[in-house]
Amino acid sequence: MNCNPIFFFQIRVKPDRTGVVTDGVKHSMNPFCEIAVEEAVRLKERKLVKEVIAVSCGPQQVQETIRTALAMGADRGIHVDVSGKDYENLGPLQVSKILAALAKKEDASLVVLGKQAIDDDNNQTGQMTAAMLDWAQGTFASEVVIEGDKIKVVREIDGGLETIQIKMPAVVTADLRLNTPRYATLPNIMKAKKKKIDYMKPSDLGVDLISRIEVVSVDEPPQREAGVKVESVEDLVSKLRDSGRI
Amino acid sequence: MTSIWLSSASATVRRVVLPLRNGRKSYSAKVESRLSERVVESLRAVTGKDGVSVGSAVREQHGRDESVHSCRPPDVVVWPRSVEEVSALAKVCHRHRLPIIPFGTGTGLEGGVGAVKGGVSFDLRKMESILDLHQEDFDVTVEPGVTRTALNSYLRDSGLWFPVDPGADASLCGMAATSASGTNAVRYGTMRENVLNLEVVLADGTVFHTAGKGRRPRKTSAGYNLTNLFVGSEGTLGILTKTTLRLYGIPEAMVSAVCSFPSVQTAVDSTVQILQCGIPIARIEFLDDVMIDACNRYSNLSYPVSPTLFLEFHGSEKSLEEQVSMAEEITKANSGSDFNWARDPETRGRLWKARHDAWYAALALRPGCKAYSTDVCVPLSRLPRIIVETKEDLTTNNLTGPIAGHVGDGNFHCLMVLDPDDPAEVQRVHEFTDRLARRALALDGTCTGEHGVGLGKRGLLREELGPQAMGVMERLKASLDPINLMNPGKVL
Repeated sequence: MNCNPIFFFQIRVKPDRTGVVTDGVKHSMNPFCEIAVEEAVRLKERKLVKEVIAVSCGPQQVQETIRTALAMGADRGIHVDVSGKDYENLGPLQVSKILAALAKKEDASLVVLGKQAIDDDNNQTGQMTAAMLDWAQGTFASEVVIEGDKIKVVREIDGGLETIQIKMPAVVTADLRLNTPRYATLPNIMKAKKKKIDYMKPSDLGVDLISRIEVVSVDEPPQREAGVKVESVEDLVSKLRDSGRI
Repeated sequence: MTSIWLSSASATVRRVVLPLRNGRKSYSAKVESRLSERVVESLRAVTGKDGVSVGSAVREQHGRDESVHSCRPPDVVVWPRSVEEVSALAKVCHRHRLPIIPFGTGTGLEGGVGAVKGGVSFDLRKMESILDLHQEDFDVTVEPGVTRTALNSYLRDSGLWFPVDPGADASLCGMAATSASGTNAVRYGTMRENVLNLEVVLADGTVFHTAGKGRRPRKTSAGYNLTNLFVGSEGTLGILTKTTLRLYGIPEAMVSAVCSFPSVQTAVDSTVQILQCGIPIARIEFLDDVMIDACNRYSNLSYPVSPTLFLEFHGSEKSLEEQVSMAEEITKANSGSDFNWARDPETRGRLWKARHDAWYAALALRPGCKAYSTDVCVPLSRLPRIIVETKEDLTTNNLTGPIAGHVGDGNFHCLMVLDPDDPAEVQRVHEFTDRLARRALALDGTCTGEHGVGLGKRGLLREELGPQAMGVMERLKASLDPINLMNPGKVL
């Protein structure tokens, strides 16, 4: 799961233009990851899966995100520690290597993710993870039905819905309309404190974090300029000409 | 017909009332701000250039809310960024005798933001911090720019929520100022029960905390209850710049149910019995047959067209089973039928859709018309009588007024749908709402359960409280705001 700045906070670009300010900005679980966790928990409630493990890669603060997933009903958590410069450069390629390694280690038959993170909007991790594991993938899922060892996935595509059938083990990424995630309630938050979170480093999984992408610069969208009032149509046309728009 | 008013304050005033078609009055968009450049500069000195506007569109925006009262634009709008700026601006206004009108989200229903004597609108949306969340103590402090849904989004991972839900996504400080309530007041209370402390700025710029700075005990008996003096004061005593709120645990599970009844009496009897059984029901909403019919048409539903109760239960899985089965027994005993209930959020949403769309469904009954909501509240036992008499009144006077109500509190709303260009109908609605309010007062109730007094109910407040209580209120107002700068023309 991803830990992002909360979506209604005012985001500001850092003065050195290498990214956005994250200090002091409230973070919470990526909305699509919430939907993914909810779906996994519902599958367990329907007794179609045995155990739900919540995974997050990042510094200490992602433990809060894992605890929220545990409060929603996941059984245990895994915190893959990535901090400092490594965390700033952490992208879908590295995360998918980590998830692939974990899926093998835990002998998982299903990996569920949010379709994309709302901070970088990459939409690559699920697909890359499936490719690395050589597993089937059902992305942009708005409905997931497990039938034996097969999964029927209804995918949201441009212009409509596509239904596919894939064989497990598989990777599924959650889209907006898959479900409405539950709130973590106080009794469940209390119970979650007792659930286990395993701690490991990427090196424990044999994964290197070298990034092949360098962020060159991050800019805010151009400031909106004040409009100019004109007195006549001729004025308007000449102003449009002057600014090169016609 | 034009009228020209000269102000007693600084510069020239020209407020022109133009006759438009159909005799509807409107304030000309060319209303000049009556403030001198000198005053505007002293406001700018506090907030910075971007924090002050005399633009006519901006002022019009700040002169209206969601009520039917016409727009009364202020002379200038300011956007303070901190309580220090609010205080400094108040001092400027005090020096120049300018009315001060606090503005949150403009979602009020009683014309509370209208600047009837002009003045300065304090738009507080730039003060939008959520401060000091104490999860173990179930309290949080927020500034006026924080709305109800923003707070609940912020809280979602903590297992806590703020349940007072007036419908609109209102500013929490605004909700405190109007003593807002909502559909789940029957279980969680209104703002009166859920505000622990307030930071207030008075008309002369004095800043203080009603319960002492930073204090948030769950209960107190220290001194006069200043917190609840300001809750519901509708901006007439001071500007609320922080409110400390009582939070609750998010319920483990929720169940929604719907049930129809052959009459208003049986529906309300069920409500009374459910409450008397001690069932901690979270929401219990009443829709009359006219309302249900409107909802059926608007949302393509097929509920039986008769008085209906919408219920919601909160609790643990086990307690929900108990609550729902007891409630079902009671409704059956009162000739209730078609008891439908749902557990998962999607089906619950569908069940309650009728209630959620009530306002729009009412408007859809007569396209092109506007709607006005009445807001009386009476003791539970008087509810059947007042609803029956009110429905008779509506029919006799040929008025469209579907009824939706928070029966658990004895509070109901007639959603009056009227053609604002038909002066005869406007008059009939006006007379009807007066009769309704007086009917409620005669039954030991109040003319406003949750919307506030604002502009339109001042006369009724006087009738409701009587001259002695009004005298006490006037004395308090005179002592806290002797030159009547705080939102003049409202409440008193």
